[in-house]
Amino acid sequence: MTTMTFGKALNAGLRRALAGDDKVVLMGEDIGTLGGVFRITDGLKAEFGEHRVVDTPLSEAGILGTAVGLAYRGFRPVVEIQFDGFIYPAFDQIVAQVAKLHYRSRGSVRMPITIRVPFGGGIGAAEHHSESPEAYFAHTAGLRVVACSNPADAYVMIQQAIASDDPVLFFEPKRRYHVKGEVDETASLADAKPIGVASVVASGTDVTLVTYGGLVQTARDAAVAAAEDGISIEVIDLRSLAPIDYATVEASVRRTGRLVITHEAGQQGGVGAELAASVTERCFEFLEAAPVRVTGHDIPYPPAKLERHHLPDLDRILDGVDRVMGRPNSLSGVEA
Amino acid sequence: MNPSDRDATGLLTRPDHFVQLVTPTGERRSDAEFDRWVADVDTAALGRLYRDMAIVRRLDAEATALQRQGELGLWPPLAGQEAAQIGSARALRDDDFVFSSYREHAVAWCRGVGPAEMLTVWRGSAASGWNPFEHRMAVPQIIIGAQALHATGYAMGSAWQGSDAATITYFGDGATSEGDVNEAFVFASSFDAPVVFFCQNNQWAISEPVGLQSKQPLARRADGFGMPGIRVDGNDVLAVLAATRSALDRARRGDGPTLIEAVTYRLGPHTTADDPKRYRTDDEIAEWRERDPLTRVLSLLAASGVDADGFEREVAEEATRAAAELRTAVTSIPDPEPMSVFDHVYAEPNSHLARQRDHYARYLAMFDEAEEGVR
Repeated sequence: MTTMTFGKALNAGLRRALAGDDKVVLMGEDIGTLGGVFRITDGLKAEFGEHRVVDTPLSEAGILGTAVGLAYRGFRPVVEIQFDGFIYPAFDQIVAQVAKLHYRSRGSVRMPITIRVPFGGGIGAAEHHSESPEAYFAHTAGLRVVACSNPADAYVMIQQAIASDDPVLFFEPKRRYHVKGEVDETASLADAKPIGVASVVASGTDVTLVTYGGLVQTARDAAVAAAEDGISIEVIDLRSLAPIDYATVEASVRRTGRLVITHEAGQQGGVGAELAASVTERCFEFLEAAPVRVTGHDIPYPPAKLERHHLPDLDRILDGVDRVMGRPNSLSGVEA
Repeated sequence: MNPSDRDATGLLTRPDHFVQLVTPTGERRSDAEFDRWVADVDTAALGRLYRDMAIVRRLDAEATALQRQGELGLWPPLAGQEAAQIGSARALRDDDFVFSSYREHAVAWCRGVGPAEMLTVWRGSAASGWNPFEHRMAVPQIIIGAQALHATGYAMGSAWQGSDAATITYFGDGATSEGDVNEAFVFASSFDAPVVFFCQNNQWAISEPVGLQSKQPLARRADGFGMPGIRVDGNDVLAVLAATRSALDRARRGDGPTLIEAVTYRLGPHTTADDPKRYRTDDEIAEWRERDPLTRVLSLLAASGVDADGFEREVAEEATRAAAELRTAVTSIPDPEPMSVFDHVYAEPNSHLARQRDHYARYLAMFDEAEEGVR
């Protein structure tokens, strides 16, 4: 086990993927000489050369479009979109091409492209630098969407994403890049938890609290705080947003009877909406209360001085917990 | 001069011609094509251009300091690009319209944007600092190159309404690789849109040298899109003024767009979050400091008989006062009210957001009630 930051764990995972398969090629803006604006690819160009770690011209559509061509040629492109809010020029290539080519070629063309996206807020950034666009991609057939929440998962999941023959949107919570954790660099990928499986990161009996990415730690903190009030929360780190590991979520909800989902992205059409609907369909008779979503508002990401009024935090999560527990909460007395 | 070097409107189109009217050491060079565009610029006018550049340089340094002191979240410094921005923005009429990127603080200064308005966004206090229609300058664009299309559309509309006002858009060398910029070139050219594409080639797109975006001078791209390209010394305020005036004139006459490549240099980091030592050398920076946009103007003023030292001091004092004003302005920017997080998402009432807003108001009220309870 080695102690390393989230960012270093991604760097180590990318290094191992580059070393293990010469078809793996990294592409992005400022990822080579600079090592990325978050230094996730630090040192990799020097180690593997400019044809493995490629500084591209400033064109997100160009990066994804050429990645499609490289995939046609048998490469496994790993592209970095510098910030969440910069992904939209590439949206057409991702949704119309990357997601659909396997289908359109009746399975003959594979698109093993990993699209790394630093996402989410909480760092006081300028506009377009704090967004959570994962639901657009989770909505798109043909894409796999994952979000990692800690260094150990980051190290393993980035390698699993690269090894996947399907395209993967790989969301990295940028506010967690500097958090340290234990990483086992000797672990075999074959023994690791599959990328599509969720993790129960805290056990509990009263409420199932589901989240992913940057809010996993906040959810764990909420569970600790709730325990002081005698409420036992089970926290699930979803890890995979498309497909969702319903087996893990359902098993928990059948025991707790209550579901709270929290994410930074807005509520409307979000991952939480999909979860709430599916769990209600599948576990209706086990539910003691309607599932509750605690999400960012349905607004453009606000300026830095307002982000604490947008992002779910411990108190807002606990308000949602109070609601499913039937305790006094912000919607008490209001027809829901 | 070969006639084939001119387009139908007589504008110089040789892209490798490097328009420079004042050398780095301050000598006035004559230019058969561009001198006429600045024939009216006398010593006093040149002094005003220097004043603009000196003040924005000082404001820019102050903003960087304010970021270091935690008063701003981020700042993208313009140092080194004063001539490119002042020379082009001073060529504009009040009724022209500007679509900029995020580094055009000097352009904003020329458009009358005040210090608090300039810093609001970078302090993270509001989504924008000024009303675009008041200053005839759009809110700054962070998405690389998107504004080039907006400028083109605005210009198309302007022409369709019979106005002779022009539109100018600013972007960097990196942006020329984005689809949006190239699509803007196509639209502008096809519709003869009265727009000036002002590219500040400051040599670096964060860590990426301009050579990664283009194998040839960026101005040459214009030819392929069917518009003239002008390559100008972006550190020569007089040359930039001349080139921009000529392009604006072409736009006003209904002859269509022009691409100007202003060759300049970003002396500082991409933003205060960037560390340029990781990708470029001190020697390179020293080389560009030799081509400083301000000193050459002082030298030229001195050669014209002006007490340049005295003038420099006088302007420096004014710049110091402007910087102090900027510093005061920062703390005058009000912190946003929590519930304003819901403002301006839609122009019309929206039932979904109204419900979410009500819920959040109730949520915040719980804390007030809890506090009341404690008292």
